[in-house]
Amino acid sequence: MILTSSNRQMTRAWISRAFTGGTFLCTLAGVAALSVLLYQVLDEGVTRLSVDFLTTLPSRFADRAGFEPAIWGSVWVMGITALLTIPIGMGAAIYLELYAAKNWLTRFIQINIANLAGVPSIIYGILGLALFVRAMELQRSVLAGALTMALLVLPIVIIVSQEALRAVPSSLRDGALALGATRWQTIRGQILPVAMPGMLTGVILALSRAIGETAPLIMIGAFQYVPFSPGGVTDLPDCASWADGCPLKSRFTVMPVQIYSWAARPQEAFQQTAAAGIIVLLAVLLSLNSVAIVLRNRYQRKVRW
Amino acid sequence: MVVDNIARTQTERDLTSIPTIPQSERIAPISGAAVVDVQDFSAYYGAFRALDGVSMQIAEKKITALIGPSGCGKSTLLRCINRMNDLVDGFRAEGRLTYHGQDLYDKGVDVVEVRRRIGMVFQKPNPFPKSIYENIAFGPKVNGIKGNMAEIVEHALRQAALWDEVKDKLQQSGLALSGGQQQRLCIARALAVQPDVILMDEPCSALDPIATLKIEDLMRELAKEYTIVIVTHNMQQAARVADYTAFLMMRQDRAGELVEFRDTDALFTRPRDKRTEDYITGRFG
Repeated sequence: MILTSSNRQMTRAWISRAFTGGTFLCTLAGVAALSVLLYQVLDEGVTRLSVDFLTTLPSRFADRAGFEPAIWGSVWVMGITALLTIPIGMGAAIYLELYAAKNWLTRFIQINIANLAGVPSIIYGILGLALFVRAMELQRSVLAGALTMALLVLPIVIIVSQEALRAVPSSLRDGALALGATRWQTIRGQILPVAMPGMLTGVILALSRAIGETAPLIMIGAFQYVPFSPGGVTDLPDCASWADGCPLKSRFTVMPVQIYSWAARPQEAFQQTAAAGIIVLLAVLLSLNSVAIVLRNRYQRKVRW
Repeated sequence: MVVDNIARTQTERDLTSIPTIPQSERIAPISGAAVVDVQDFSAYYGAFRALDGVSMQIAEKKITALIGPSGCGKSTLLRCINRMNDLVDGFRAEGRLTYHGQDLYDKGVDVVEVRRRIGMVFQKPNPFPKSIYENIAFGPKVNGIKGNMAEIVEHALRQAALWDEVKDKLQQSGLALSGGQQQRLCIARALAVQPDVILMDEPCSALDPIATLKIEDLMRELAKEYTIVIVTHNMQQAARVADYTAFLMMRQDRAGELVEFRDTDALFTRPRDKRTEDYITGRFG
């Protein structure tokens, strides 16, 4: 008899099985919590979901309160944030990873960016309030909100993009440089195509984190009750046409702020409205994530590993 | 371990006790024109001296092999010739390294043009993660080489003896090829920018014997038109393909030094320096 288990072997086989089971339970815990939350929100909010909800202005009556200004507010704020952070963030990452000499200054900048990525978002709100709203006199506008969000997202975008660039094997860089390509031709032709899927994924995940941010925007004074939509330009109270700088100068609210304001009300009916708002926010988040996946796949197909 | 240590000190004692032969007898001049001329050239990585006072010439349209034990600075010397070492932080060079009489480390020299004229093939095949066609076309494109790109690609692949194997799958990924084919693709890629010199850094060390033989045949063929410098770990390979061979060694302060340089037959059959003899007879390394 040489192939039977001794006691020791039985024990270690049991430990192995227990560990597998344990890790499975950990996975289950996350998924279960998420499902319960999702079910509660859907159960509560689904009755309030309608085209009207998406296209009407808020109201002090829960059953007539609409989400339109918040949706448009989020679209404008996030759109401008993306326009600011994608080029600046990727540019900074390319410089730090591919051009900058590895000296104390680079390390100093690097450490500070990492620290900034960990700063609580409310601090960015205070900064935005002091710098954009007051010092630059942008008032409580879409632009001030977008600039604040850009500051918040930028360190994350830089770090994720750097990771993606670092993952590109240096043999590709050497290969291209050895053919007489300039640094820019090497980056443009060989490094960026390989790093792009990772960079885009990071950017979109950072943006989808920002779209759910409430604190900094409340801090700079996003309004909780906005009886107009920055989407339709002509009927805004602050400005009459695109030429006046609308919707950049317009007052605004965003989805999470609106949801927060609804959820804070005592009336039971507003809880349902808030739940409906959460469903819309989740849907927008999920579609942003799917855009990330589609873009990643598109770029990955161009690279032929 | 103990035996090993004793053996090492034994070799070291042997090596240091040898009376040094004058440099003029260890380093022979080449016959014919020199493309690259190395004069009292030293290279540093930060405070570490990797190469000390190397002087030798690279003959036009010949194959020059750089051999020596690990860490002797042969790759460093190779990567100095197309200034790839500039990419290493803290790298510094002293002495003269000229290409057709022009000092490669002069202030006015355009590194990009240096690398266009002095191509390189790396130890591990490194095709771009793109189609075979795009792998070849990238170099001519970035260097603004005019002409029919399809013809340029075909010509380069024919020169690298790869055309017949890949002509029907030019749109497939370069990484789908076998290791030997990938390395020939990298050679074709280097040829497509019309270089003058090709540097090869242990091009066969990741390949099987048959692929190695193919690359060696290819090198002999290419030496009719190009000047080739090859770093190799494999002494037999140097003996098979090279016209000239340089033997480098690490001194006790770990700086690489050129021990002997002459035509391959002479170096392998009648080495002047005791260290060369010990190395090629397999006594160390």
